[in-house]
Amino acid sequence: MRNAYIDALYELAGRDCRVLALVADNGAIVYDKFRAAYPGRFINFGIAEANMIGVAAGLASCGKVPFAYTIASFLTMRAFEQIRNDVCMQRMNVKIVGIGAGFVYSNLGATHHATIDMSIMRALPGMTVFSPSGPIEARKITKEAARIDGPVYIRLSVGGSPEIYEAGYEFETGKGVILRDGGDAAIFTTGSITTEVLKAHGELKNMGINARVVNIHTIKPIDKDLIIDSVSKTRAVITVEEHSIIGGLGSAVAEVIAENGIAARFKRIGLNGVFAGGYGTYDDMKERNGLSANAIVRETIDCINKN
Amino acid sequence: MDKMNHLINKAEAIRRSIFKIICEGGGGHIPASLSIVEILVALYYEILNVTPQTISDPGRDRFILSKGHACVSLYAVLADLGFFDKSELDTFGRSGTILGGHPDMLKIPGVEASTGALGHGLPFGTGIAMAGKMDNRDFKVFVVMGDGECQEGSVWEAAMFAAAHRLDNLCAIIDHNRLQAMDTLDNIVPISPLADKWRAFGWHIMEADGHNIKELIDLFSTLPFQTGKPSMIIANTIKGKGVSFMENEPIWHYRMPNGQEMRVAYNELGIEPQ
Repeated sequence: MRNAYIDALYELAGRDCRVLALVADNGAIVYDKFRAAYPGRFINFGIAEANMIGVAAGLASCGKVPFAYTIASFLTMRAFEQIRNDVCMQRMNVKIVGIGAGFVYSNLGATHHATIDMSIMRALPGMTVFSPSGPIEARKITKEAARIDGPVYIRLSVGGSPEIYEAGYEFETGKGVILRDGGDAAIFTTGSITTEVLKAHGELKNMGINARVVNIHTIKPIDKDLIIDSVSKTRAVITVEEHSIIGGLGSAVAEVIAENGIAARFKRIGLNGVFAGGYGTYDDMKERNGLSANAIVRETIDCINKN
Repeated sequence: MDKMNHLINKAEAIRRSIFKIICEGGGGHIPASLSIVEILVALYYEILNVTPQTISDPGRDRFILSKGHACVSLYAVLADLGFFDKSELDTFGRSGTILGGHPDMLKIPGVEASTGALGHGLPFGTGIAMAGKMDNRDFKVFVVMGDGECQEGSVWEAAMFAAAHRLDNLCAIIDHNRLQAMDTLDNIVPISPLADKWRAFGWHIMEADGHNIKELIDLFSTLPFQTGKPSMIIANTIKGKGVSFMENEPIWHYRMPNGQEMRVAYNELGIEPQ
C-alpha cells in the first residue's frame, strides 16, 4: 500500500508542480525515486510532526499541494491541533497521509499503532477520510485526494498488503463496494483487515451462510445509501475494523442505521476500549485482538443467532 | 519628522480604538492588544506592501498575528487602512460579527491566519516563507509572537526548521512584555535569555524598543539582517501600554475595567467621554 501511494504521488508530481512530498523522518528508501526526480519538492521535517503540518498549511495557503506523510499515530495525534486549526479551520488543501494503520506495526507496540485515527479525523469539519484496503485502492485514493480541494486524511497500511481488486477496479469517493453478496448477513469492512473478512466470508459460505461484504473505503463522507440498502436486506449487521470500535467505521455505520430507524442485529468487531494487546507478527496481533478470520466467523454467527 | 509624528498620532488613535472596541464589545485582551500597537503601525503603515486591493496578490507581504488574542489591535489597523469598513468595529464580539475574540482568516479581509491557539503562527508563516522561496517571489513574512508563546514547543520546531532552510524572507517579532496570563514569565517558566536562545537556534536577533516606531521602521528597513538566516526583532514592550493601572499588571490579561477605571483610562488615552 505504501509503495502504491508513493508511486501515485510520483506520478502526480510529474503532472502538477504544486504537489509536494513532506515527511517527518520516515520513508527512507521508498522516496528515493521522488527525491531524485524532484529534489526541491521533497521536504524532510525531521522528527517534528506538528511543525510539518503547520508549515504544510502555510505552503497550501500559497497554492502548494502538500502531501504530509509519516506514521499515522504520530501524525494524527501529535499534530492534531495543527490539523484542526491550521488545516481544517482555515480550509487548507493539505493531504494528511498516515502509514501504519491499525496495529500493523505489531511488535513496535501501542505507541506505534493507529487505532483511534479514524475517530478523530472523522470528527474534523471539512475532512475527507479514506481507508484503502489494498494497493490498487491506495493508488486510486491518492490520485483522488489530489483532485479534492481541501483537507484529506488517508490511512495506509504498510508495504506488502495483499491485493483484493482486479486492475480494472473503478473507485468513486463516498461509494462503498460490494465485494461479495449474500443475504444472511452484511459485513462492513475497511482497510487491510478486509483480507481477513474475505477469508471469513469463504468459511461462512462453506458453512452455508452467505454474507454480503461491503468495503467502505471512504469513512467520510460515508455511503449512506449502500448501508441502508445492505442493512435492510439482511438479518445481521457486522462491522470490522482494525481500529477502536468507538468513533470509527462501526460508529459511522451505527449512526446511519439509527438515524434511518432501521432495526438490526448489530455487532462491531474491533478494539473495544483497549489498546491493541500483545506483540509478535501482524497475524499474531489479529489473533490476539479478535480480528482473525476465525473470530470474524464466530462473531458473525453469534450475531445472526442473536434474539 | 512630520511622517513620524503622523505615525505616533496613528498609534495613539489605534490605542483609543482598541480600548473602546473591547469595552463596548464586552470582553477581550486589552493589555496584549495595547502591547503591539507600534509594531503594527510600523509594519502596516510603512513596511508591508499589502493594501485592501492586494489581499489575494501572490506577491504580497504576509503579516501573521500568532498571538491571536491581541487581534483587536489588528482589527483597528485594518479598519483604519480600509481593509473593511470601520463600522464593523462597532460589532466586535456581538452575534453575527466577523470580528471575534480571535481572528478568522476566512471572514476578515486582510487577516492571513486564524490564530488563537498559541505556537501556530510561526510554523504557518514558515510554510509561506518556504513557498515564497520555491516560487522565487520576493515577499516577506512577518510573524508577531508573544514571549509567553515561546513556551510552546511548536515554536522551536519551526525555529529550527526555518534556520535549516535559510528562510531569510521570514521575520519574527517577539512582543517581549515579560508577562503571561497569570504572572510574569520569570515567576512561571522563565524564557530568558531570549535572544541567546533564538541565536542558538540559528536566527539573527536584533532588539528594539517595541514602542518606538522609528526604531522599528529602521530595523524593518534593513531586513534581512543576515543573508541566509531568518530574522528576529525582540521588541521590548509594556503589556497594557498607555493605561497606567493596566501596565505590567498580569491581573488585567482578560479583565474588563469598571466604570471608574474606564473613566481613568479614557482620560489617559484621550478618549472623549460619551
